[in-house]
Amino acid sequence: MIDIREVTKVFGAGSDAFRALDRVSVTIRQNEFFTLLGPSGCGKTTLLRMIAGFEGPTEGTILLDGDDLAGKPPYERPVNTVFQSYALFPHMSVAENVGFGLRMLGRPKDEIAATVREMLALVRMSELAERQTAQISGGQQQRVALARALAPRPKVLLLDEPLSALDFKLRKEMQLELKRLQNETGITFVFVTHDQEEALTMSDRIAVMNAGRIRQIGVPREIYDHPADRFVADFIGDTNFLSAELTARTGDTATLRLPSGRTVEARAQGDGTPGKVTLAVRPEHAELAPPEEGALTGTLTEVVYSGTDTHYHVALDQEAGLFVLRRQNRPDAGPAHQRGDRVGIRLGAVAGQVLRD
Amino acid sequence: MARPFEVTRQPGFSAIAIACFVLLYLPIVLLVIYSFNAGESISQWEGFSLRWYASAWENEQIQAATIRSVVIATGASLIATSAAVLAALATTRTAPWRGRTIVFALVNQPLMVPEIVTAVALLIFFSMIKVATGYTGLWYLILAHAAFCIPFAYMPVRARLQGMDLSLEQAGADLYGTPVKVFRHITLPQLWPGILAGAMLAFVISLDDVVITEFVKSAGQDTLPTYMLGQIRRTITPEINAISTALLAVSILLVTAFFFISRTRK
Ligand SMILES: Nc1ncnc2c1ncn2[C@@H]1O[C@H](COP(=O)(O)OP(=O)(O)OP(=O)(O)O)[C@@H](O)[C@H]1O
Ligand SMILES: [Mg+2]
Repeated sequence: MIDIREVTKVFGAGSDAFRALDRVSVTIRQNEFFTLLGPSGCGKTTLLRMIAGFEGPTEGTILLDGDDLAGKPPYERPVNTVFQSYALFPHMSVAENVGFGLRMLGRPKDEIAATVREMLALVRMSELAERQTAQISGGQQQRVALARALAPRPKVLLLDEPLSALDFKLRKEMQLELKRLQNETGITFVFVTHDQEEALTMSDRIAVMNAGRIRQIGVPREIYDHPADRFVADFIGDTNFLSAELTARTGDTATLRLPSGRTVEARAQGDGTPGKVTLAVRPEHAELAPPEEGALTGTLTEVVYSGTDTHYHVALDQEAGLFVLRRQNRPDAGPAHQRGDRVGIRLGAVAGQVLRD
Repeated sequence: MARPFEVTRQPGFSAIAIACFVLLYLPIVLLVIYSFNAGESISQWEGFSLRWYASAWENEQIQAATIRSVVIATGASLIATSAAVLAALATTRTAPWRGRTIVFALVNQPLMVPEIVTAVALLIFFSMIKVATGYTGLWYLILAHAAFCIPFAYMPVRARLQGMDLSLEQAGADLYGTPVKVFRHITLPQLWPGILAGAMLAFVISLDDVVITEFVKSAGQDTLPTYMLGQIRRTITPEINAISTALLAVSILLVTAFFFISRTRK
């Protein structure tokens, strides 16, 4: 279990001081696939480097299974890293790379050899054990980096965007493989990515970060369906933002009045006082309808075909901005719509998520 | 459309280039040719022979000077390279510290201070030590050479360190390597071409030195270059050419090796 408490990291000093992390608190559980997700520069790598010990927090503490890690150098932490650049040792073979950690720990030779064999089998690299690391492909290097970090059986494995250099197909394959490895080894994975789809498919829980702060922590479904704020709703998936007025709330359901005068129901957590709010609607949660049936109306400005789906862009009558809908392409799909058509937008029984600004 | 300026297309470029190369290499070519002269003159060709190589080979003074030169160059390049590796680590592998730039400048001091000034300074400094201790051995020369060889050993080592991926050393530390183990197993194996290149460059520079050696040496401590200088003041025979040609061959060999080693596994 990693307990990160109120961790702040400031780079530089004086007028150059830059706050890369700002009072970050999170508890990562035993055997969890935990993902740090956020745009470039939000502090993901900085947080990983502090867990690994390459960087010390300016303020706050990091506990691993209850032990304060402060002042412990990287080589005394039972934590291993898969680097973004893989950082394989170029002067060693694949097997020597994988065995390096155990060798540094002073384990007996036959134990090292056995573990190396086991790890290479785990990442399906047994045939290439004697190759030099310069002579294997990017995807293979990545698997070697993974095996090397797993071999000493760390309590925690840190992965810094390990899949970002791979092509789409290999990436999908490696995503499944990582998930499998995590299940088989039972090691806690802390995974960094700025790819929201990757985060949603792989993680047990996700922390969404922005500008040095954690904006929301939750299971993928929670993050997608109940984004805590506008940033999260915008960063994860596509979202339409509508202005609305909250008129009443019972439990998690709020009644909203849209500028069109229609009333819809939506999910709302926290503050339930009536007033102006934002309604976040996912593109796949709305449908096109005849103008008189829609909660909103507008004009189709764009119809974009993308294989599995068609995207409809609607310029709304009631407020500025586009509303984007997504419909799956099926042979029995409804009537074809064209650019310039007048359309209505029908929202679901639960229209979306209410956000406070 | 105006063509971009290209220096190679300017009138007279080839002529100037050829003149420069002639000036650079013709004297050396002549020196090498006359080392094979059968006669006593260094400017009148009397036929091919290896007589001066044989005479240099058998000359006991030249033998002693050669051995002394090699001993000094070996000792100096070993000391200079060790110091250079430490200096390079301190100026590349530490968090920026106050005075890092100053240290960098100090290490390179021999490149900037006129050699004659260093020579005089060492002469005075060492004579003070000689008076105090009575020691007059070769160590003065070895240490003096080590001092001015440091920047030549430092440059390739530092370049190699700077070119190395820092995340490799971090990966080493992450995989339970203490700083000493990381240096031994990760840094050093990748650094050795730089170290070897630096040591060879230092060796050549030491082998070639005249000014500082001339000032620092005690009586009977001639190195090959100072012996040659002494000979030229008296009678000049093609023996000098033969020694020079041999020195040239050694230098070319070492510098070529330096070139290839510093390019390996980059
Ligand atoms: N050593 C440093 N000195 C000064 N600023 C730094 C240092 N390291 C990181 N930063 C800054 O801290 C911020 C966070 O950096 P970090 O590398 O953690 O981002 P990231 O979330 O990993 O981004 P990316 O997705 O691009 O890798 C950035 O604005 C970066 O410029
Ligand atoms: Mg990063």
